[in-house]
Amino acid sequence: MREVAIIGVGITKFGELWNKSFRALGIEAGMKAMEDANLSGNEIDGVFIGNLSAGRFINQQHIDALVADYSGMATRHIPATRVEAGGASGGVAFRQGVMAVASGLHDVVMVGGAEKMTDLDDASINSVMDATADSEWEAEMGATFASLHAMIAQRMIHEGIATREEIASVAVNSHFHGAFNPNAQFKKAAPIETVLKAGPVATPLGMFDTAPISDGAASVVLCPLEDAKKYTDKYVKVSASAQASDTLALFQRPDITTYGATVEAAKKAYQTAGITAKDINVAEVHDVYSVGGIMALQDLGFYKKGEAGKAMLEGQCHYDSGKVAINTSGGLKARGHPIGATGVAQIVEIAHQLRGTADNRQVKDAKYGLAQSVGGTGSAVTVSIMEAI
Amino acid sequence: MDVGIVSYGAYVPRYRIKPEEIGRIWGVDGKGMGKGLMINQKSVPSPDEDVVTIATEAARGMMARVPEVDPKDIGAIYVGSESHPYAVKPTSTIVAEAIEATPAMTAADMEFACKAGTAGIQVCMGLVGSGMVKYGVAIGADTSQGAPGDALEYSASAGGAAYLIGSEKIIAKINKTLSFTTDTPDFWRREGQPYPKHGGRFTGEPAYFRHITSAAKMMLEAMGTKPEDYTYAVFHQPNGKFPTRVAAQLGFTPEQIQYGLLTPEIGNTYSGAVPLGLANVLDHAKPGDRIFVTSYGSGAGSDAFDITVTDEITKYKRDKAPVLEKILADPIYLDYGTYAKYKGKIIMPE
Amino acid sequence: MSGVAREWREIPGRYNLKGTKCGCCGKLYFPARSFCPVCRRESMGKMEEHDMCRTGKVFTFSIVHEAPDMNNLQKPYAVAMVKTDDGVMITAQLVDVEFDKIEIGMPVRAVLRKLSTDGESGIIRYGYKFVPNL
Repeated sequence: MREVAIIGVGITKFGELWNKSFRALGIEAGMKAMEDANLSGNEIDGVFIGNLSAGRFINQQHIDALVADYSGMATRHIPATRVEAGGASGGVAFRQGVMAVASGLHDVVMVGGAEKMTDLDDASINSVMDATADSEWEAEMGATFASLHAMIAQRMIHEGIATREEIASVAVNSHFHGAFNPNAQFKKAAPIETVLKAGPVATPLGMFDTAPISDGAASVVLCPLEDAKKYTDKYVKVSASAQASDTLALFQRPDITTYGATVEAAKKAYQTAGITAKDINVAEVHDVYSVGGIMALQDLGFYKKGEAGKAMLEGQCHYDSGKVAINTSGGLKARGHPIGATGVAQIVEIAHQLRGTADNRQVKDAKYGLAQSVGGTGSAVTVSIMEAI
Repeated sequence: MDVGIVSYGAYVPRYRIKPEEIGRIWGVDGKGMGKGLMINQKSVPSPDEDVVTIATEAARGMMARVPEVDPKDIGAIYVGSESHPYAVKPTSTIVAEAIEATPAMTAADMEFACKAGTAGIQVCMGLVGSGMVKYGVAIGADTSQGAPGDALEYSASAGGAAYLIGSEKIIAKINKTLSFTTDTPDFWRREGQPYPKHGGRFTGEPAYFRHITSAAKMMLEAMGTKPEDYTYAVFHQPNGKFPTRVAAQLGFTPEQIQYGLLTPEIGNTYSGAVPLGLANVLDHAKPGDRIFVTSYGSGAGSDAFDITVTDEITKYKRDKAPVLEKILADPIYLDYGTYAKYKGKIIMPE
Repeated sequence: MSGVAREWREIPGRYNLKGTKCGCCGKLYFPARSFCPVCRRESMGKMEEHDMCRTGKVFTFSIVHEAPDMNNLQKPYAVAMVKTDDGVMITAQLVDVEFDKIEIGMPVRAVLRKLSTDGESGIIRYGYKFVPNL
């Protein structure tokens, strides 16, 4: 098994991009990544694309073919694979790309994530997201995707694991960082009162606990670590990319205040990378709902259960706090959440942090970075660890 | 063989609206309307309730009280209503699945305005008495619509009761049933129309009173009884006034009709009215009590029943399902806007 | 939204909380499963139909304010995860209860209610919801 490096990254703005089509977005991110990697494009021998539901959002299946075609790969008949795993589509696509290079079967792989959500009306968009829970026994029973996370939050508050304010502070932290990210969908800080007083979505969560609907794409280029220097001297090492599954429905779990899949994937990732949680300097976690951020901090081992909320509330997750910086990109809440793109966008941010190219949200001396991508209510989780070279 | 009631169950939705609130919207003295009709409030179904859910809840209560009865021994189910959710696709089969009586059984929906439930009881009596089935289930349930601003809006309500008819371990023997039926167009609803129409004062003497009185007199003559021979009497009750008057006309006392008269508290539950009235009587009945029942359905007809409560009722596990007093104990009151929304009277966007 | 065949196929679970019990270890599953994730191959062909208990307690809940095309006449509405008295967890709406009276631990029971309809002319979908257990 070879070690893998990320030699280039690219990302579009995230937001309601009315005049950008799915094709345009995917290509833009890919082009930027190729440029960043100093590639002409002929070097790429495989493409993996994370995408939740182009079938429902833009009525287009066979996304692998669309991406291969519009990225110029189809003329060389390069293999393209579309990956779907709920909200973890991007994270799983990344792991597939890493496996392709590590196995020796591919040498230069492009991993993209893209989603075009805003062509549909809000109700239809939300029903697509509801379908990443258990469609028959949760969504159709009236449990919206938001309400499942809300029920987790309700239970965490009931068990004294986190307070409402601590949960809300995940959004405050995301917005704090979003203000430093020119590509973020929301670039304005959000004080905690704004989060707490926002209109209810599913109690106790409100509008500001909820990641937005977004269009966008992100892309990274992978190659064997030993070849990275051929292309660029700004590269980072992929130390681990682990994945774990769990039940589809939240109600089938023994404990709903933890994502067992995050715990398992993190365990495997730390083991492979030869490090512990304490070594991580910067992490991108999946705050599709604010409560997910608290769960990530505990499940990834950054904080003990019951203490993650306090750290978040006290601003200890800021890029300049000296502790593990969380969601310096703005997270899903402020950076935006074009679902299939998110997992890859997280990798892009970590790469920037480890290369020292994270502008005015740079975590000083970042050596190890982690990205956690989650599908459904923790039904699929990828934890990837990267190391600065 | 003896045929009668083996078990019963009842259900009324939790929501209510008062006549004064209805009158407030239409610029009418609603309180006065209520007084005139002898109706203090009426029940309103939640948007997720319909005749299927009401009939199911009543039927499940009925089955819970006889845990020794295997639902697979039910040979027939008839749900009578004038507000079946489907014009074509029987309520009865859905209820049958919900109480696990399927598939070796027959079913059909009945319609005869407010007496569709008691008509079902008669059919079950025939099937049981002839030995064709071991148990039959008859349910009367409705979520009737009253046209906005019409007098019926003050009374049309929702509720239902279910009866398990059999010949073993009967808690109330049905000594006799007979009916008085004519073609009388007092109240009707055309296919596809949302609201019924009625003949105003024509719904009184030639309709309600003629049929109930005729059927009642036929029954008293057939059984050789007088009103004082009965402990309780239940009459159809489109409002509180009609049954009070017809009872007096026939010689029954206010005490006899008290338990069987629920309309003042829950409104007119149409096909559920007599079944619910009888259920409330059975909630209080003791062995040896004799019950006189006469239903009425517009169009028109009356079904009369002569019932004697047996000793078996002392062993009856009534507490396995809530009695009506408990069901009716804690209502939630609505304003007219919420009522109109719940009853689907507001044109919603697609 | 699903077609008529799927609604019909799910009647046992939706109307009567029918799930399965593993014939090997006795664990209960709702919705029904064709084999036990604990006993795996040993349990194949040994899963028995089992009616889940219809009474239980609220484990957690939320009041839903935003929902796509659901309960348009009844928003906001409550959803809950209910732990039935036989230890099985079920997610469903909580109805006929004032929101400020909902509490973790409150006793509830399952009833049959309308879940949704396919417009004015399509089928009506029925399924379980929970009400306070009087």
